[in-house]
Amino acid sequence: MKKLISVIIACLMAFSLLACDSASANNGTKAEGKVKVGFIFLHDENSTYDLNFINGAKDACSKLGVEYVLKTNIPEGQECYEAACELADAGCDIVFADSFGHEDYLIEAAKEYKDVQFCHATGTKAHTENLPNYHNAFASIYEGRYLAGVAAGLKLNEMIANGEITEDQAKIGYVGAYTYAEVISGYTSFFLGARSICPSATMEVTFTGSWYDETAEKEGATKLINNGCVLISQHADSMGAPTACENAGVPNISYNGSTESVAPNTFIVSSRINWAPYFEEIIKDVQEGKAIPVDYTGTMETGSVVLTEVGKLAPAAGTQAEIDKVKAELQAGTRKVFDTTTFTVGGQAVTSYMADVDSDAAYEGDHEVIVNGAFAESADGFRSAPYFDLRIDGITLLDEQY
Amino acid sequence: MNPFKSFHIVKRDVLPWYKAWGVRAIAIIIALIICGIVTTITTGLNPISVYGAFFQGAFGSARKIWITLQNMSILLIIALALTPAFKMRFWNIGGEGQVLAGALATAACMICLGGKLPNVVVILIMTVASVAAGAAWAFIPAFFKAKFNTNETLSTLMMNYIATQLVAFFTVVWEVPKGSFTVGIINQSTNAGWLPQIFGSKYLLSIIVALAITAAMFVYLKYSKQGYEISVVGESERTAKYVGMKTEKVIIRTMLLSGAVCGVAGLLLVGSINHTITTTINNGQGFTAVMVSWLAKFNPITMIFTSLLIIFLERGAGEISMNFGLNQSFADILTGIILFFIIGCEFFITYKVAVHKKKEKIANGKEEK
Repeated sequence: MKKLISVIIACLMAFSLLACDSASANNGTKAEGKVKVGFIFLHDENSTYDLNFINGAKDACSKLGVEYVLKTNIPEGQECYEAACELADAGCDIVFADSFGHEDYLIEAAKEYKDVQFCHATGTKAHTENLPNYHNAFASIYEGRYLAGVAAGLKLNEMIANGEITEDQAKIGYVGAYTYAEVISGYTSFFLGARSICPSATMEVTFTGSWYDETAEKEGATKLINNGCVLISQHADSMGAPTACENAGVPNISYNGSTESVAPNTFIVSSRINWAPYFEEIIKDVQEGKAIPVDYTGTMETGSVVLTEVGKLAPAAGTQAEIDKVKAELQAGTRKVFDTTTFTVGGQAVTSYMADVDSDAAYEGDHEVIVNGAFAESADGFRSAPYFDLRIDGITLLDEQY
Repeated sequence: MNPFKSFHIVKRDVLPWYKAWGVRAIAIIIALIICGIVTTITTGLNPISVYGAFFQGAFGSARKIWITLQNMSILLIIALALTPAFKMRFWNIGGEGQVLAGALATAACMICLGGKLPNVVVILIMTVASVAAGAAWAFIPAFFKAKFNTNETLSTLMMNYIATQLVAFFTVVWEVPKGSFTVGIINQSTNAGWLPQIFGSKYLLSIIVALAITAAMFVYLKYSKQGYEISVVGESERTAKYVGMKTEKVIIRTMLLSGAVCGVAGLLLVGSINHTITTTINNGQGFTAVMVSWLAKFNPITMIFTSLLIIFLERGAGEISMNFGLNQSFADILTGIILFFIIGCEFFITYKVAVHKKKEKIANGKEEK
């Protein structure tokens, strides 16, 4: 009996010693006068979306030599607020979160920690919230997707030229997550890129209702292939769609980064946002005491919108050259992704559209976004996160329950 | 001779409390040692620093302690809610659905009434609605069990899925912006319908409610007539009928209570903690609470410790996966090992392994200690 008690007491003591040990170790690592950045991620490295952010964070922080903390698997709920507060408590000068649903919770934390800068990717509220320490960021990724679409169009043309499909069979499949602007803007720009090369292209879109659901994405891609889609792209974060394409031998345009390792025979190219330039900018802003942009839109010029190298086996001949050519036109402004002469809605050309730029429960259009004959996506004076939500002709949505 | 024949499993006399807890402590120590070995073999990390981080995750800072206590409170409330049903041998594994029903009712009141009525009234309606919704969700399987003797394990489980889908449906109705499947923080600018902070603390309300329910449930089960009826029905429904108890009434009444308390958990989750509604807001705690209740042998006071243990493991495991860049699955493996030992040791508290030659002594009623 006595032995038992002494064993228990010994254990308790050992435990408390451990606790003290690690507590002091944590405090000791914070260097004085330096910027420290905390990152909050929805998933971990297994998600291509989060991996892309994690790589950007590591690149930027190691390049500038600043300390950083990564918090992975933080759900879009109160946990995000707690994580943000813990990072602020731990002495972070900047707290960054990467998922759309994190936004409200980050705003709550920003109200509480006025000396800490809170930055949020894909969010929509910074320009209306009027919090000096809360900022949004996104990139003109629709340009990247347009270029990826060009590669898709070339592949379709090659298949038509080889007699594998007829012109009418040039149907693209697209696996999306949800039915809101970020995804709509993405698949529409991709489709317009493809149709600029292959005029007979059509597209079918299916939605999974989740940013990361490997099974649903795989099933979605398989369903599209069975429907007769001859090329697949996706806006969801697992390896589900690329794997399904590789199994079925259907070419795939990826997102968030190269998926050539799992789909060597079918990978064509992938567009992605490189977050390192943004992270470098906000770290430098804090170091120099400058204000962080309220709404930052990364572009091809800032190095934020990039395409991976094209695949070794699947792409059509001359893909890289064509991408470079179109990219130059986009940068020069001679070509616009959402040029209103290139698409119709309900058979009509779009001359005026009020987009829902200010996020509120009203869902009402509040800004005229057709500027100089094109839809001004992620443009100055509006916001960085996409608001293109037109349903253009040529694209069929198979399901919209999400 | 077969060596296994010389071992017997023998039921113990009731162990004194300190010995029972001694066995549990030893089980935890063995579990920690095995976790240490697994950690070193699979990741090459120093197990001591991993344990340190484990502890840090739950108690590393004032905020972490508060969050641990808050999470523990919610889990405790759900476990307390399930307990009267379990004591009655009614396998209510529908805690998840009952909490979600309460949460959904709370969110609906916040969205539809927030700002239109005085805040006090909104909160009153929220409370009534969430309790009623939880109770209603529990009433359905209870009614069918009482009237038609349907299998409550299946029906309560099915009710979970219905609740999840209902929440998913309303998420689409309330989502901002359209298509994002995110409701976001409800009434973020006005705070209408948010439950009050106690002494300026966001975390205290759930903790106080949990302690109050613990005390009430302890008294109810141990000292009230209804509590006694519950245990009689649990022991034998026929006995209960023989002595003149209306078992149908007891079943329905107890499940209404079970669901109502789950509704309170839903009220706190939405009104006080998250201020939003998602299908995963309860994070499977309706099932975890089953374990909490069983581990505590249905004793409300012991449940304080078992819920703390589970939350400690959960938060500690999360911390190590974060600190050491390990996958969340690794943390789950460690939690699994520890829980295996904790649940397994209950066997050695109730039974002992006797070696054959000592059989005589046991037969004489003298226990070898």
